[in-house]
Amino acid sequence: MFPLSAFNEFSLGSELAIALVLGLGFGFALERAGFGSARKLTAVFYLYDMAVVKVMFTAVVTTLVGLALLSGAGLFDMSEIYLETTNWTAQIVGGLLFGAGFVVGGYCPGTSMAAIATGRKDGMVFALGMLTGVWAYAEFTPGLDDWYKATASGVITLPQATGIGMGWWALAFVAFLAFGAWGMARLERRFAYLRPAP
Amino acid sequence: MSTLTHAGVGAAADPTRAVAQPFMNPYLAGFLLGLVLLATYAVTGRGLGATAGFAALATWLAGFAGVEHLQASVVHMKYWNEGAPLLNWTLFLLVGALVGAALSGWQARRFSFTTERGPRITDRQRLVLAFVGGFIAAYGAKLAKGCTSGQALTGASALNVSGLVFLGAVFLAAFVVAQLVRKEWL
Repeated sequence: MFPLSAFNEFSLGSELAIALVLGLGFGFALERAGFGSARKLTAVFYLYDMAVVKVMFTAVVTTLVGLALLSGAGLFDMSEIYLETTNWTAQIVGGLLFGAGFVVGGYCPGTSMAAIATGRKDGMVFALGMLTGVWAYAEFTPGLDDWYKATASGVITLPQATGIGMGWWALAFVAFLAFGAWGMARLERRFAYLRPAP
Repeated sequence: MSTLTHAGVGAAADPTRAVAQPFMNPYLAGFLLGLVLLATYAVTGRGLGATAGFAALATWLAGFAGVEHLQASVVHMKYWNEGAPLLNWTLFLLVGALVGAALSGWQARRFSFTTERGPRITDRQRLVLAFVGGFIAAYGAKLAKGCTSGQALTGASALNVSGLVFLGAVFLAAFVVAQLVRKEWL
């Protein structure tokens, strides 16, 4: 039954309409969480407000549990979803660059939309920087895409790599989130003195 | 007693004193975001993304310099879409996100035409850093084949190792670099 795309042929128009509707929910959730604010986002790296980790981790656990339940009930065919291949060098080096850009720039690509929508000038400039960055990659280093493919290790998931099923991983993630929630509340109290006055 | 009543009436009667509402509980907001991501998987078989939308826009802009010019780059050709780079799935997702965030911000009175920064730097310095940070983040996302949406959220929720490794690298670098740019935020 799911994913719908595997069992139905969508026209281009309906695909783009689906993107708009899902985007609406995506942007709404990001702004609700406070992710249109660079100071809220970067606070996580000074440990006085862990909202970024709380939101991301809860989102991951929600989706993971949902996928595990749906596929367990035979409603979702996990073999039909698209998964990116793992390229250790690319994900580590790219991730390090991305992390540096995130804390210096104050946003990430998706959250810059929430920032722009709520009037943040730095969000608009961040998006311009991003546009220049993706352009520079395409103009000057397009060969990196071929290098990525040539050196990738294929698709690796935790269930494949460990032999432990998705349901067990979902349970482990829920437990880890519960423990993390307790730990993050402690961190926020410990570093509360860094929190800016309202 | 009388002052309390007075203050209450004053606040209700003066609409300019309406203040921005606090953000949603992060666990609830995360649950909401997770439902959106789950719906995206259920409908499209792929997760969310953001960087590809920027890439499509960049290819569209570069296209004004001539299509022959684009053909020199496999990355540009990936997004060229036979002359219609703007009909890109992720770009439409971003447009939707812009509208969704605007609705949420408007409802909570959080719209504010400002530059976010710590008290120890100027607006101009902050804007320069925003541009530089955006550039580096975008380049890293292109190299890693995804950003916080496309790799971290989407990947981790399907237990994809590429997303989990990316997520670890992002937080490691951000924690270290945050110590170098304390003045920007604190």
